[in-house]
This record gives sequence, C-alpha cells and structure tokens, in this order.
Amino acid sequence: MLVIIDAHGVWFLGWLLNYCSYSAQTGSRMAELVSLAEGVAELVHDGDAVALEGFTHLIPVAAGQEIIRQGRRDLTLIRMTPDIVYDQLIGAGCAARLVFSWGGNPGVGSLHRFRDAVENAWPRPIEIEEHSHAGMANRYVAGASGLPFAVLRGYVGTDIAKHTKTIATITCPFTGEALTAVAALNPDVAVIHAQRADRRGNVQLWGITGVQKEAVLAASRSLVTVEELVDELEPQPGAVVLPGWVVTAVAHVPRGAHPSYAQGYYDRDNDYYQSWDPISRDRETFGRWLDEVTAA
Amino acid sequence: MSAWTADEMMTVTAARSLAGRASCFVGIGLPSTAANLARRTCSPDLALIYESGAIGAKPTTLPLSIGDGELGETADAVVSVPEIFNYWLQPGRVDVGFLGAAQVDRRGNINTTVIGDYRSPAVRLPGAGGAPEIAASCRETVVVVRHRPRTLVDRLEFVTSLGFGDGPGHRAALGLRGRGPIRLITDLGVLEPDPETCELTLTSIHPGVAVDAVRAATGWPLTVRADLRVTEEPTAAELTALRSLTTRSSTRGGGVA
Repeated sequence: MLVIIDAHGVWFLGWLLNYCSYSAQTGSRMAELVSLAEGVAELVHDGDAVALEGFTHLIPVAAGQEIIRQGRRDLTLIRMTPDIVYDQLIGAGCAARLVFSWGGNPGVGSLHRFRDAVENAWPRPIEIEEHSHAGMANRYVAGASGLPFAVLRGYVGTDIAKHTKTIATITCPFTGEALTAVAALNPDVAVIHAQRADRRGNVQLWGITGVQKEAVLAASRSLVTVEELVDELEPQPGAVVLPGWVVTAVAHVPRGAHPSYAQGYYDRDNDYYQSWDPISRDRETFGRWLDEVTAA
Repeated sequence: MSAWTADEMMTVTAARSLAGRASCFVGIGLPSTAANLARRTCSPDLALIYESGAIGAKPTTLPLSIGDGELGETADAVVSVPEIFNYWLQPGRVDVGFLGAAQVDRRGNINTTVIGDYRSPAVRLPGAGGAPEIAASCRETVVVVRHRPRTLVDRLEFVTSLGFGDGPGHRAALGLRGRGPIRLITDLGVLEPDPETCELTLTSIHPGVAVDAVRAATGWPLTVRADLRVTEEPTAAELTALRSLTTRSSTRGGGVA
C-alpha cells in the first residue's frame, strides 16, 4: 500500500512518536486526576502565592470560587488581569496581596470589590504590587525559564517603577545600554482552565493562550481544570500542550471558565459581566452573592 | 441638530488617522471602535494587533474585550502574551499605537492608575495594562478620549504611560524609539504637539463646536493654532460603516465600553 504523507502529516507523525515515547518514559509521574474540591484542598494553602491565569479566555472562575468556598486566607493573588474572578476572591477576604497589571471588568467598567479594598481597606487591607502587561508576561517567562529576572524595554519615564520594588534598571553588559529588569514570578501554585486533558493528565488548550504555559512552568505546583477528559488528545492548530509530568493535578470541571469563554465549547456570558457590576458595587449585595456561593 | 453625534465625529476622525498605516496596536474601547472602522473605510488592509496575541484580527463585531474569541478566530496569527509584547511590540515594528486614557496632560502623558495619593487613592483606576510599552515602542501613538476638564488636565498625579514627558528631548534622553503621541482626538476637536514645546495645541475643531467650548473643557490654557482647521464632516459612507458596526455589536447582546 502506498501512503502519501504531506508536510502536516509528517509533523503529526513526529508529534505522535515523541508523545508516545515520553508518555511511556514518565508514566509514573503523570498528573493526578482529582475533583475540584480535592485539588484546591491539596494544592492551595493559606498564605500561598497563587496565580490564576487565562487572558480573557479560559479564566479559571470555578476554581476561584472553590478557593472562596474553602475559606483560604492571606493569599498573594497573582494575575495579569484581575477581573471578575479576583474581584470575588478579594471581596471574600481571601487576599492579603495582589500582583497585577490591569484590574477592570472588561467591557463594563470598574472592579468594585478591588477598588473598595484598595481605597477603603474593605474587607481587609490589601497590599498591591503593580506592573505593566509586558512586565508581568516577562516575569512569568523568567520564572518558567529558571532565571531570577527578565530584561525588557519597559516602564521608562513612568511612575510605576517608583512604587514597585520588582522593577529595576540594568546595564547591558555588551552595549552599555540601560534596560529594565523585572523579578521572576514563581508562584507556589498556578491554576488554569483548559479545553481538554487525557486520562494521564496531558493538558491541551488553544485559541488565545495568554500566559498559562508560562504560569504553570513557573509555579511549584499546578491545578488544571478542564472542559473535557478524553482518551486521546487530537492535535489542534496553535494548541499549547502541557505534558502531564509538569502538571500536578487535573480536575474535570465543565463550564469551569464561565462567565468567560472556552473556545470550541461556549461563548462569553456578557450578561454575567454586566450583572456583576451592580452586585459588586454594593457590600451588602456582594455579601448575599457570597452567601450563595459558599452555601453551594 | 447635526446628522451625527459628537462621539461619531470623534470615532470617524480617529479612524481617518489610520489611513496609509500598515499596523495598529489597539487598546480596548474608543480606540478599538475607531481601528475597526478604519478597516471598513480608509485602511482596509490595516493589521489590527491586540495584546491578547491576535495579529491581523478581522472581527465582524466590536470586541467586548481585548481577547474575544472572534479576534483569535479571524486573526492571521495568534501568539502568546509574552510573544506579542516581546517580538511584536518591543522592537518597534508596529506603526501606530491607539490608546484611550482616564487622564491626559498637556504633553500627552497618560494616567490610568490612580487619582490622588498612590497608597490611599481617591479613585483607583484599572492600571497600566499594555499601555506603557505601547506608548513607548510603537512608531507613533494616537490617543482618543472624550474632551472633559477632568480628563484633559494640566498635570498628572501619576504617569502610567509616557507622552512627551517634561517636554522636548525627554523621550530621546530616555532612549525611547517611538515618536510619541502625534495626535489627541476628542469629541470636540484634534490636538497636536507644538513642534517647539511638545505641548498639545488645537489644530482642528469639529463642525459646530466653538473654540471657547474647547478651551473650557481643557485643563490647561489651550493654544489654538493660527491655521486652525475645521474637521471634515463624516461622510455618509463613514457613518453607515460605523453604525452598522455598532448596531451589529449591540444586537449581539453586549454593550461596548
């Protein structure tokens, strides 16, 4: 039989062979399959530095609400865009510190729980460490790369560096040029949501993939919630694959990114984003929302 | 009663400033509306770049966030967030950065961080996002805001993204490669930097707007250029394209920031 394989087919065969060989080599160290409650209980502890990532897409909202339900305290919350998911955690009093680069309700307006914490120290004071997106992204890259810092052209002439200790000027040893250094981010635990995982804990996500790969590789532990558990991962164009041996635990949580979207599964629930504004604007309304979540 | 609103005049004017440009790094909100209008009018081949990693996005509706699914699905390429900033923005290969602002000062510096003291602010704003490096690294930037005294202020309490800093030569002394804000477009007119002082001055006023009204809405003593123009009215084609864009977006169920 004659088999004609084009360039894509060759690539796919190569991927498959590599995939099979590392699966065989590392079968004993694959990610553990857990429930969401077990995953949060085992991996997220009081006082941890926790990064929930997902750049407008695949935001791990269900995991954030499980952290609230389990009553974690004194967390350092790390996230480029602390949108609704961190507004909820901050309002619930889980956070002592916030490391971030843009805090708003995308397409809607302010994050009122975040603002109440920063402006009025309610429900508790929150310390902030503030960066730009380029800086945060590079901090994750440094963390994932096993380096103490990253170098970029950034922050020059702005007031951000005056308030943030993890930004410094560095001289290029080759050209003498002044550049900006940002300290690596190495969270205790990274939490992300992905479209699929197989039963050995290999994780696959696609579409807008943000900084999730970097966050998982920078962190000491990781919890991945997924839309679907499958027997085999089919290759997807542009997908990020996180092999099961770099993931600590995988939990099957359909619609775990709601109200954000999961490409190929569901769209952004824009009504939720808009309805969040009046809920979070008022401490009492938020309190009722919180009671419902913790009772669930 | 004119046949268009002040916001439409602003968006159309902002879209026109993208004529002849190849690539635009797009902030969300007013800049995104204008950049998407430009693709439907004066600049059909314009590559829209969003910080979520979408390069060459061609959305049919206005995105609700900088990372909507449609941006990725219609893009020429989708890259990671570290890559969009490091490979695409940082080297200075993008023609125009299109930014909004909570406050902008007379030298085009932008504040999106706080009003009041940084540690105990009167108003905590969202923060930097991608703007500091967009303002630094794009070949030039265009800022789009509604013209209000609290928005166009004499001095900023916090500089989130640099315009011309303290004035002439400041950007070059800091080693910034991009030219900085070449235009501030509002719902009242167009302000451009004076070549000598880098101060934003009124170079074009929208039809039906009085110069005094612009002065009253500006937080510094506004210089009006001797050769002040009146902005060209929106054409029927521009208005049709803009309204079809905003109607399609609102019928999808989302408001647009």
